[in-house]
Amino acid sequence: MSALLAGTPLKGRENFAIAVVALAAAALLPLFFDPLSNITNNCILAAAYVVMALGLNIVVGFAGLLDLGYVAFYALGAYTIGWFASDHFSSVDGGEGFHVAAGEFASNLPGIHLNFLLIIVVAVVIVGIAGMLIGLPTLRLRGDYIAIVTLAFGEIIYRFAINGDEINFAEGYKLTNGRQAISPIDSIDLPFFAPFDSAFSLRPFYWFCLVLVGVVLLVNFRLRDSRLGRAWIAIREDEVAAASMGVPLVKTKLLAYATGAAFGGISGAFLGSYLTSVNANNFTFGFSIFILAMIILGGLGSIWGVAIGAILLSFINTYFIPDVFNTVPSKFGLDFDLTILNFGIFGFLILLVMVLRPQGILPERRRALELTEGVGAGDAIEVRTP
Amino acid sequence: MSTPVEMPPPATGPGSAAPLLATEHVSKTFGGLVAVNDVTFEIPERSIVSIIGPNGAGKTTFFNMLTGLYKPSVGRIVFDGKDISRTRPDRITTLGIARTFQNIRLFATMSAVENVMVGQHARMKAGLIGSILRPPKVRREERDVEEKAREMLSYVGLAKSVHDELAVNLSYGDQRRVEIARALASDPRLLLLDEPTAGMNPQESDRLTAFMRRLRDERNLTILLIEHDMKVVMGVSERITVLDHGEKIAEGDPIEVRANPLVVEAYLGKQG
Repeated sequence: MSALLAGTPLKGRENFAIAVVALAAAALLPLFFDPLSNITNNCILAAAYVVMALGLNIVVGFAGLLDLGYVAFYALGAYTIGWFASDHFSSVDGGEGFHVAAGEFASNLPGIHLNFLLIIVVAVVIVGIAGMLIGLPTLRLRGDYIAIVTLAFGEIIYRFAINGDEINFAEGYKLTNGRQAISPIDSIDLPFFAPFDSAFSLRPFYWFCLVLVGVVLLVNFRLRDSRLGRAWIAIREDEVAAASMGVPLVKTKLLAYATGAAFGGISGAFLGSYLTSVNANNFTFGFSIFILAMIILGGLGSIWGVAIGAILLSFINTYFIPDVFNTVPSKFGLDFDLTILNFGIFGFLILLVMVLRPQGILPERRRALELTEGVGAGDAIEVRTP
Repeated sequence: MSTPVEMPPPATGPGSAAPLLATEHVSKTFGGLVAVNDVTFEIPERSIVSIIGPNGAGKTTFFNMLTGLYKPSVGRIVFDGKDISRTRPDRITTLGIARTFQNIRLFATMSAVENVMVGQHARMKAGLIGSILRPPKVRREERDVEEKAREMLSYVGLAKSVHDELAVNLSYGDQRRVEIARALASDPRLLLLDEPTAGMNPQESDRLTAFMRRLRDERNLTILLIEHDMKVVMGVSERITVLDHGEKIAEGDPIEVRANPLVVEAYLGKQG
C-alpha cells in the first residue's frame, strides 16, 4: 500500500486483479441494504461520476488538455436519451411513435423509443461529433486557451439547454424543455434481463453502472499503455518535441478529447434514464468543476486515484454534506442549509489538497515527479488548476 | 569564382546524383528581423554536412524550417524530390527527417525506452479501438516496438541497466544518447543534430564523431550537423556551410572553409 501511495507503477495483471476484486466487492455492496436504500442511490451516482471522471481523466490527466466544459458532453448525452427514449417527440408517426427494440412498456408510448444500448451508441456519435466540432478549431491552441474555449463551449450548451424550451422546430417540438425537464425517460431495458424499475429495486441500475465503470477502467488502462497513451504524455510534456517525433498534434489531441467526451455522454445518458428526467438545471459550469475536482483530488492522470477521488467527492456531495454535517450550522446558531455551501466546501477541499498533497491522494508516478522534483514544463496545468 | 567552390559530392557511394535535401532561396523573417536570408544549399545522400556560424547566425532557425516547425517566408525546401516547405512537422518526420535539439528535449517523465517508443509513433498502426481491444496484431506491434527501442538504445551505447530509468534521472551524456536513439527510431534518412557535443568533454566528442560516421556507413544515413566545436566539425564533415547574419557566406570542404577570409572575419572580426 505504501508503494501505491508513493506512485510506484503497478503491472497490468496487478491492476486487473485490483479491478476485479474492487468491482466484485462493489457489486455485493447493495445486497446489504434495502433494494430502495438511499445508500444504493448514492452508490449509483458515485459510479456514474466515476465514469465521467475517468473519461475526463483521459483529456486532462493523460493528454494535459484542461477541459473546463465537460458538462457539455454530460448534457448532450442526457439529451440524447431525452430525445430518443421518451415521448418528447410525441406526434412522430402520427402519434404511434417510433420504436427500436424498446421495452414492453415503452413500446406502446408515442414518441421515439430506442433501446438503451442503442442510445449509448447514438450518444457516443452525437457527443463525438460535438467534440470534433469544438475540438478541431480549439485543439490547435495551447494550454490556457483550450481551457477558455472549452469553458465557453460548456456555457453555450447550458444556454441552449435552458432556452431550448423556446426553440421550436418541425411540428412544434421544443429543442429541450429547459427547466421543465424532459420527463419521463424510458427505463433501461436490456435483452435477457428484466426491465429495470426504480420503484422496485435500484440494484440493477447500480450493477449496470458498475459494468460501465469496468469498461471505462479498461479503456483508461489500455490507452495509458498504448501508442496513443505515450503520444498523449509526450504532448503533455513537450509539444514541439512530440511533433518532431512524428506525433500529429491535432489528431492525437482530438482522439483524447473525443474519447473523454464519449464517456461523458454515456454517463449522461445513464443518469438521464436513472433519474427519469433531463433537466437543464443540472448542466451548470459548476458541474464541470465538480468532475475536475474529483480528478485533482484523486491525482491527475492516476486511474485509481481518480476513481477514489470521484467516489469521495460524490459521497461528500450526496451524503456527508446533506445528511451528516447538515446540522452543523444550527449548532453554531446559524440558520442555513449546508448544501448551499457545497461548492464552497469542494473549493476548500481542493485548497487543502493543493497545500497538503498537491499530487493528489494516489498520485501518478509522472505527476508526482513533476511536483516533487520540478520536472516537466511546457504549458502544464498541474498546480495552477482551480 | 574562387569561393564558394562548387565541389562534386564526395565519393562516398554510388547514386549520389540528386541531393537528398535541397533548399532554394529560403528566407525567414520574424517581423522586421531577417533570421535566415536567401539560403540555397544541398545535402548529397550519405554525406555528413555541417552548418557553422557565430551565435545568432540563424542556424537553428534554419533547422526549424527543415523540420517544419517554422514555415519559410520565401523559398522552397525539397526533400527527396518532394516540396516540404509547408508540410507539418509530424509529416516531415514520417517522410524521413529526424532531429535532436540543442537543449535536450526528452519527455522527462517517460523512461528511456518509452521515449524511443514515441519516436516510432509514425511507424506504428494501432489506433484508438486497436489500443483499447488490443488484438494480437497490436500486442505484437507493441512488443516489436519495445524490442526495437531497446536495440536502438543499446546501439547508441546506453547501458541496459538504465533502459527503464526515467529520462530526467539520466546523466547528461545518456540523455544525449537517448535523444539520438529517439530520432533514429523513426527510421530517418536524414538526421539533423543540433549541437550534439555541447557540454561533452573531448573524449565524449571523439566518440560521438566516430558514431556519426558509423551511422552513415552502417545505416546509410545522411547527417546534417550544427556544431560549435571546430575539432568535431573539421574532423567529420565532408562539406561545411557557413552562415552569418542569416546569410550563407561560404561553402566547401573543411580546408577551403578554414582558409576562407570571410569565415575568419565572421568568427574573429576584421583584421587591422
